[in-house]
Amino acid sequence: MHNIFGGLAQGVIYSLVALSLVIIWQSTHVLNFAQGAMAMLATYIGMTQIDRGIGYWWCLVISVVVGMVFGGVTERVLIRPLYGKPEINPIVVMVGFLGVIEAVATAIWTSTTRNIAAPFSQVFFQSHGNLVYLSPFIIFQVILAVVIMLLVAALFRFTKLGLQLRASALAPEVARLLGVRVNRMLTIGWILSAGVGAIAAVILASGSFGLFPTDMDGVFVAGFIAAAVGGLESPIGAIAGGLLIGLAEQFILAYWSPNVAPLGGIIILVVALMIRPQGIFTRTVGRRV
Amino acid sequence: MIRVDNLSVSYGAVKALRNVSLQASPGLITAVLGANGAGKTTLLRAISGLVTPQSGNILLGEKSLLRMPTENICRLGLAHVPEGRGVIAELTVEDNLRLGALASKVNLAEGLETQYAQFPALADRRKKYCATLSGGERQMLAMARALIAQPKVLLLDEPSLGLAPLVTSELMKLILQLCESENLTVILVEQNAKSALRIAHNAVVLHLGAVVASGDAKTVADDEDLRRYYLGLVE
Repeated sequence: MHNIFGGLAQGVIYSLVALSLVIIWQSTHVLNFAQGAMAMLATYIGMTQIDRGIGYWWCLVISVVVGMVFGGVTERVLIRPLYGKPEINPIVVMVGFLGVIEAVATAIWTSTTRNIAAPFSQVFFQSHGNLVYLSPFIIFQVILAVVIMLLVAALFRFTKLGLQLRASALAPEVARLLGVRVNRMLTIGWILSAGVGAIAAVILASGSFGLFPTDMDGVFVAGFIAAAVGGLESPIGAIAGGLLIGLAEQFILAYWSPNVAPLGGIIILVVALMIRPQGIFTRTVGRRV
Repeated sequence: MIRVDNLSVSYGAVKALRNVSLQASPGLITAVLGANGAGKTTLLRAISGLVTPQSGNILLGEKSLLRMPTENICRLGLAHVPEGRGVIAELTVEDNLRLGALASKVNLAEGLETQYAQFPALADRRKKYCATLSGGERQMLAMARALIAQPKVLLLDEPSLGLAPLVTSELMKLILQLCESENLTVILVEQNAKSALRIAHNAVVLHLGAVVASGDAKTVADDEDLRRYYLGLVE
């Protein structure tokens, strides 16, 4: 039992990172390898506001807003000059940026873990005197992730903005010819993606272990695998992938050794690539003509 | 009305267009002909703003299109169906059409209805992904997507590419009919000179980036030298 709920809780964090990757992939066809670090920085900025006496919800809002601004500015300043050049460039730049962000965060806030007091109890429920290992906070996490997933899916399937975002990523020149303001769409993709990513870091920070500048690295890798397994085109896939990896890690942790827990994600990835490399939830993609 | 004045475009050291001038008027089809590499596609790309000219001017009515971003040129009522059609395969037929209507003030539902009435084959496939469409259907979709915005100017880049002769013939008839009924200014780039000249009112022939002939379509088509050297219409 411990394994399942613990796995879900961790999996939600991975899911949100995976969702942010789905958003940025669908909007820009670029993957932000610094997403985890950016989310961490935004959350630190949010967390430090608590010292001024604001509550948890304001901390969440501030972190998300800071994350979004960070995403938008990063796109304009670092990524915009790279369009039309080899596709590896943004990846290299973001990996480098990741290091810079973590160094800056460590320098400003020192290398101690910080955490935020969650508004929902983290005390596990009890059933007949036995711990059920489920707490109100975990329920909140899961609901939050599902709601965000539904919003993201709705954005891309039903809204004009979603259509323009997708067109900007799939065929930017054609989109321009149809009047889509492609550069604006790319920036919006980064903004939305960073906002969702920030939520992941806030949830991590609310947990008992808190947030440390390098914590989001492992989370990002797991989230990346979740997105790859679930299919970069599918918000549902992101959630499913994230939860799956969270569960896999918990089982390995329980039955093998805590040190090897991240292996859970790798195992899932290898199996998924062998069975259905395009992603479990991806429709077969058509050729471009 | 579109007017191109002494337009020169270079890709690096390569001069793709050299002092090209032409005029295209409403209700008329102006064919732009020539061999591969003549600069026909570059001309259309310069008009719609995808490529920046080194010198010259492009006027839509009284307005200069130079240095205007493509997204804005589209909003002025210019629709460009690019080489290869540019149908977005990963989206459905209806999504492609919705995209076409986005930048205009056209009512989406009415626009869709009009295009589905004009192109029943698209109506049948509206929820299908475009990767499953045939070449002729993609061409129809590309046209419908351009027309749904009710443009005043239509730039067509080799619409007959890859299409069977019968389909090409139907397509050309359609272009002529739309040009006349909607009073469109049509610039039709074609390698298939024969088909294009059948429906065009005026023609411009490009060779290595320069205009070697222009005038009304019949005169251009009948010119012996032109037929032999540039249009390949020799029997």
